[in-house]
Amino acid sequence: MEFPADLKYTKNDEWIRADGTVGVTDYAQDQLSDVVFVEIVVSEGDEVAQGDIIATIESVKAAADVYAPAGGKVVAVNEALADTPEAVNEDPYGKAWLIKLEIADPAELDGLMDAEAYEAYCKEREE
Amino acid sequence: MFSPLTQADRKAMLEAIGVARVSDLFAAVPEAYRYPPLRLPPPLTEMEVAEELQALSEDNETARDLVSFLGAGAYNHYIPAAVDAILSRGEYYTAYTPYQPEISQGTLQALFEYQSMVCALTGMEVANASHYDGATAVAEAAIMAYHVFRGKRPKVVLSPSLHPHYRETTRTYTQGSPIVFAGDDLPPAAPPEALLDEVDDQTALVMVQYPDFFGRVYDFTALAEEVHARGALFGVAVNPLALGLLKPPGEMGADIVTGEGQPLGIPLSFGGPYVGLFATRKKYVRKMAGRLVGQTVDNRGQRAYVLTLSAREQHIRRERATSNICSNQGLMTLAVAVYLSLLGKEGLRQVAELNYQKAHYAARKLAALPGYELAFPETPFFNEFALRCPGPADEIAAHLLEHDVIPGYPLGEAYGEAFRDVLLVAVTEMNPREEIDLLAEMLGEVH
Repeated sequence: MEFPADLKYTKNDEWIRADGTVGVTDYAQDQLSDVVFVEIVVSEGDEVAQGDIIATIESVKAAADVYAPAGGKVVAVNEALADTPEAVNEDPYGKAWLIKLEIADPAELDGLMDAEAYEAYCKEREE
Repeated sequence: MFSPLTQADRKAMLEAIGVARVSDLFAAVPEAYRYPPLRLPPPLTEMEVAEELQALSEDNETARDLVSFLGAGAYNHYIPAAVDAILSRGEYYTAYTPYQPEISQGTLQALFEYQSMVCALTGMEVANASHYDGATAVAEAAIMAYHVFRGKRPKVVLSPSLHPHYRETTRTYTQGSPIVFAGDDLPPAAPPEALLDEVDDQTALVMVQYPDFFGRVYDFTALAEEVHARGALFGVAVNPLALGLLKPPGEMGADIVTGEGQPLGIPLSFGGPYVGLFATRKKYVRKMAGRLVGQTVDNRGQRAYVLTLSAREQHIRRERATSNICSNQGLMTLAVAVYLSLLGKEGLRQVAELNYQKAHYAARKLAALPGYELAFPETPFFNEFALRCPGPADEIAAHLLEHDVIPGYPLGEAYGEAFRDVLLVAVTEMNPREEIDLLAEMLGEVH
């Protein structure tokens, strides 16, 4: 299981990079199992608050909401995921980025977990 | 197979819970209310029950006892004996929703074939395994359209000539939601294009009926185009029997097609159970409610059927599922599948043509009577038409009923004073020429 050091993580298994790129974690895709559909529910130009729903990921056994780890303006949306939902399982930190945000308040990232804390959090849930 | 609990099972459970008796589990209910006296009448023998139920049933008069020209959403059609024979098979009759594909291939295949036939009939790309009836199918269309636009377009435009029950059910179903309705206070005599006045960038769906409640048939192609130009979806509620003869809504540009399946092998039964058809375009399939049967292969490469796209449903998506109905209309769906399979494309066309010819014969005869005329003489119709009478239609109908004839549905109740003397007359393959002539004779005697 991967926990890239340069990312911040939420309790709902989203990750966010300092440049505002957002996605779901390796742990999340593992829990979901085969992803069959990704629906991004925000568009370029939308303002979102921390905690707003930005996408829904459907797998063969679940439909999970993805929440914005921080507030800001949506500047890009990964259209390619509509045709390649399996990217969430294959490359959750790379090809399967969901949206890019222009983060309104970088201080919001301070409240999130770093890689080490998130890894511990995942281990805790496995028990 | 049902395996009842043994005493040993019960004892073990009570021990695990930590109580001595089952009655201890009801300790939270105040003593006075725990076992209220039921005051049921004494039991009857099977013979007595049969007699009592028989007497109750004799209070009803059926389409067999009366000469009936009543339609208005439920029609008297012939049901081939094979439909009941196949439905009554225990494997179908007692089957519930086929969540376990391993033991439900028969049901699942039948539903898959039903879905395929609905697509062929309506000209659409994907159909679900049905809803309760034509009314709830329209309600589901409204909700689906709302979700397609993710709530950004909360308005649904309903045609005034969409069945009054469908409109009422749709409103009931969506109460408390942000969906608002418009359009059905327009005069029903207005052409379908009049709905466009209500269609704007807040509109998710425009819903019309085909043939409409007054029996009228329109080509909605141009209307669909204009609705699309304004960014909304176009929905059509159909009488599927009419599609044996008429151009399917899929070819007119419909995004959603709903329908009442009762005319296809389901008895009138005083209003139900019926079955709601629902079909749409593939791109909207994830927003569609209801069961969906898909074809796949098993671990041995054999063709198999399963319920699919389950992530739409409430047991996975919970409060964000687009629908919360989990009851099964499977038996009615099967009836439609059997009926359509038996008749085939040619047979269905023959039934539809019979209906068309008889209704047009009746319309000519009745419109020729002094004091009677067609309410919409310029518009084509299928097997139902609106007849303007020389007096209040409900009074005329009451008078004819005393002579065991139901001449049709009086429109005053649903459409007000302007339609008080209009009767909606339906003619099917079950009305022989003699009955139509009798109707003409009786209506002719009314002044």
